[in-house]
Amino acid sequence: MVVVSLVIISRSHFTADLSAFLPSNPTAEQQLLMDQLKDGLASRLILVGIEGADPSTRAALSKTIAKNLRSNPAFVSVNNGEAMTTERDRSYLFNNRYLLSQAVTPEHFSIEGLHIAISDSIDQIASPAGLLIKSLLPHDPTGEMLQLLDAMNAGNKPELVDGAWASRDGNTALLLLQTSAVGSDTDAQKQAMQFIQNEFDQAAKYIIAKPQPTLLMTGPGVFSVIARDTIKSQVRVIFIVSTVLIALLLLAVYRSLTALLLGFLPVATGILAGIASVSLWFGVVHGITLGFGTALIGEAVDYSIYLFMQSDQTGDKKQDRQKWIQLVWPTVRLGVLTSVFGFAALLLSGFPGLAQLGLYSVAGLIAAAAMTRYVLPSLLPADFSIRDVSNVGLKFSRYAQLARSLRWPAVILVGVSSVIVYQHHNHLWNTELAALSPVSAADQTLDTRLRAGMGAPDVRYVVVVSGNSQETVLSNTEKVSETLQGLVDRGLLSSFDSASHYLPSLATQQARLASLPTPAELKTRLTAAVKGLPVQASVLTPFLTDVEATRSKSLLQRNDLQGTSMAMAVDAMLLQQGQHWSSLIPLTAPESGNINVTQVQAALDYAQVKNTLFVDMKAESNRLYSGYMQEAILLSLAGIVAIIVLLLFVLRSPLRAVAVIAPLAAAVLTVMAGLALFGQQLIILHLIGLLLIVAIGSNYALFFNPVIKQGMPDISPRTYTSLVFANVATVLGFGLLAFSSVPVLQAMGVTVAPGVILALIFSAVFARSKG
Amino acid sequence: MSNRILSLCLLLCSLCTIAPTSHAESTWDLDQLMQSLATSKSGHASFIEKKSIAILDKPVESSGELFYAAPDRLEKRTLKPKAESMVLDKDKLIVEQRGRKHVLSLQSYPEIAAFIDSIRGTLAGDRKALERNYKLSITGTQQDWDLSLLPLEDKMKKVVNSINISGYDNMLKTIEIKQADGDSSVMIITPLPTP
Repeated sequence: MVVVSLVIISRSHFTADLSAFLPSNPTAEQQLLMDQLKDGLASRLILVGIEGADPSTRAALSKTIAKNLRSNPAFVSVNNGEAMTTERDRSYLFNNRYLLSQAVTPEHFSIEGLHIAISDSIDQIASPAGLLIKSLLPHDPTGEMLQLLDAMNAGNKPELVDGAWASRDGNTALLLLQTSAVGSDTDAQKQAMQFIQNEFDQAAKYIIAKPQPTLLMTGPGVFSVIARDTIKSQVRVIFIVSTVLIALLLLAVYRSLTALLLGFLPVATGILAGIASVSLWFGVVHGITLGFGTALIGEAVDYSIYLFMQSDQTGDKKQDRQKWIQLVWPTVRLGVLTSVFGFAALLLSGFPGLAQLGLYSVAGLIAAAAMTRYVLPSLLPADFSIRDVSNVGLKFSRYAQLARSLRWPAVILVGVSSVIVYQHHNHLWNTELAALSPVSAADQTLDTRLRAGMGAPDVRYVVVVSGNSQETVLSNTEKVSETLQGLVDRGLLSSFDSASHYLPSLATQQARLASLPTPAELKTRLTAAVKGLPVQASVLTPFLTDVEATRSKSLLQRNDLQGTSMAMAVDAMLLQQGQHWSSLIPLTAPESGNINVTQVQAALDYAQVKNTLFVDMKAESNRLYSGYMQEAILLSLAGIVAIIVLLLFVLRSPLRAVAVIAPLAAAVLTVMAGLALFGQQLIILHLIGLLLIVAIGSNYALFFNPVIKQGMPDISPRTYTSLVFANVATVLGFGLLAFSSVPVLQAMGVTVAPGVILALIFSAVFARSKG
Repeated sequence: MSNRILSLCLLLCSLCTIAPTSHAESTWDLDQLMQSLATSKSGHASFIEKKSIAILDKPVESSGELFYAAPDRLEKRTLKPKAESMVLDKDKLIVEQRGRKHVLSLQSYPEIAAFIDSIRGTLAGDRKALERNYKLSITGTQQDWDLSLLPLEDKMKKVVNSINISGYDNMLKTIEIKQADGDSSVMIITPLPTP
């Protein structure tokens, strides 16, 4: 079984993004949201900042890096403000201007329409941009190209310093890169980061400046990479340190290397079984699950501690072990069962992350316990013995007696805790999905800073138009775009982007084509239109030729965009999922600040375009998360109910069940109150931690309230000793997580470590046994 | 794009302007003109600009106001036929037209930067900067001088044939630009009280 587990693990895929905490069976809108978070346009952006040195050095670095990265297929686009010769973009727009321009209508090409448009263009010649129009006029006297360029240039752009983008304060040179790989492809994102780093290192190698230039990177893909690396390295360190600490503890207690190695056997089995079953079931193992897994050593090691320390130490080893199996195992088994019942509830969670933790715990604990019960006793060598700990045990049992006198203070403590928890009940839970993010606050600050400097789209507000074909979606998108343009004109939006800007629906293209008069007709109209204008119709002959060429051309298809930067934009905004098409229209807030959600919604309602949805991605993802938070709370409660039912069933005495549950409930309440007092808002992983307190603590409570069987003495000093050491081992395992900088790991650590200590103390304090 | 910027900058040259009066000597050469120009720290004027363009039958006319603040800020606010504004601030060129704002960096386009700097150089009275890119010559008197700038480099010659600026004391009266393609523009400047 161990071998099988190893094989499975060696083929496992490990991940560390937030996807584990997104629902597994979402609605269409949630699916879209998730796709956007994982693979959408925004997920592919890497924002690069260069700081240090002086402005011109930074700009020069930016240009060198951009130049080299532009030829790297890992990047779809590299922008740093340089006016790149996007010849293909220009020719796509220019050659297809009569199909793309919104101004093209039958009226536009009437005599009056032409007159107005040409007269406008001549006015433009008098303007600062006049010399551009001058060369365009013979081909484009109606100004379609300028109209298109204006539409493309919409939105805030960062400022230029020495020809490259820089933040508003001028201290950071900025680049915006789009990777070919999706944001959720962490390996590819890591490689992309490596490319950027290498180019920077190459370019900055010979620069001597004070301070030396430094490279900053941020973006969803970068976050995934950092998160995975952080979790990986922290899990590794925590795993090693906690293993060493627990080993030292056990060595100090057992004074036997054999005992130590054998004691770790159930732990190893548990971890392997846990990872293997998660890998088999989910196909992917989340980094958080691994982190959690290392902490679970602390609990799995308890079983062997119970076996080694609670066995009688008479001459007859075999008989001692039989006696342990007969007398102690039922209690341990019940402890394992309560844990399993508690965690099994999580298997039902819609959050793959939670379900993974649940499965990992169930599989791991069962494997570890089974190993302890069925394999370990027969592996113990005949002369196996550990140090006699009876003396220490006696001391502990005296403390346990003393503990009972603390009942009233304990009751008061629990009472106070309840009050505190009640007082905080409104803001006890953090309902922001971002709270789960493994990205450190410093990295998030950097992200905000670079984004603000860039004026980069945060893709928070998106209008989604869905339908069953590309054509339907595009033509509905055009209708929505009209409404949105109205909002832009009213200053409620700064701009919006839309696939239909680059690829109009076929119907619209046909309508525009139909607006173009026949060559003979156009010539007649043009001659009439230029009357009174300072331009001869003969100068505008290229216009006639171009219009005629457009009339004989086929309509624009998606692949006509190939090779332009607009192809990428269309790919990002026009999505197909089987029969389901959707078009995303990202909105950019006006310069004054925020988007007025009510007014945008009202305008969209008024437009009454079918299957249109106005999504606030942030609010939506938080709503999603709080939904699953509610679910997790309910599932945990279900788990607790399952534990209570189990205890009632096995102990066959409500009183005894209450005696087992009371210390656990007291520990959970006290920990919650403590966290609330320290201002920690609870996230979903705190909840798992609370569940763990119940799972682990149930062992202690059960030992303090033993099932009295014939031939079983009262709680022995050895039992006390084993409990204390099991407890210390658990605290070592989980306590280290509290020092992690990954919020989800830290949450588990700060909950479980104090929780299990309290569970042990409360178990002693509230012990029912007459002792 | 480069064409567009070049065009914009060409127009910017017509920004050169204005200044409050300071008395000057009766003899008048390049150095004196430059010194005199350098004394003006800010200015405000109205302009009328006529462009003669080959494809059009008659010149197109625009008018508006000019603002200058030494040493490196110039603004051309066109009011007719369409409201527009163009600001040159250090090495940034900010153009606002049809409700949109475009920000361009001169340093990406060295020949244009040289061109604009020469205009600004005239306003600031910076002879060194001017002579980097142009051959300067002056005719006339303090009350009616005429400064001509001829580009030195081939790159510049492809864009502009000559720039002629006339004025009195440290005030500019006209700016005439002859482009390489035969088109030309004349801007007539009338000082206004400094706002």
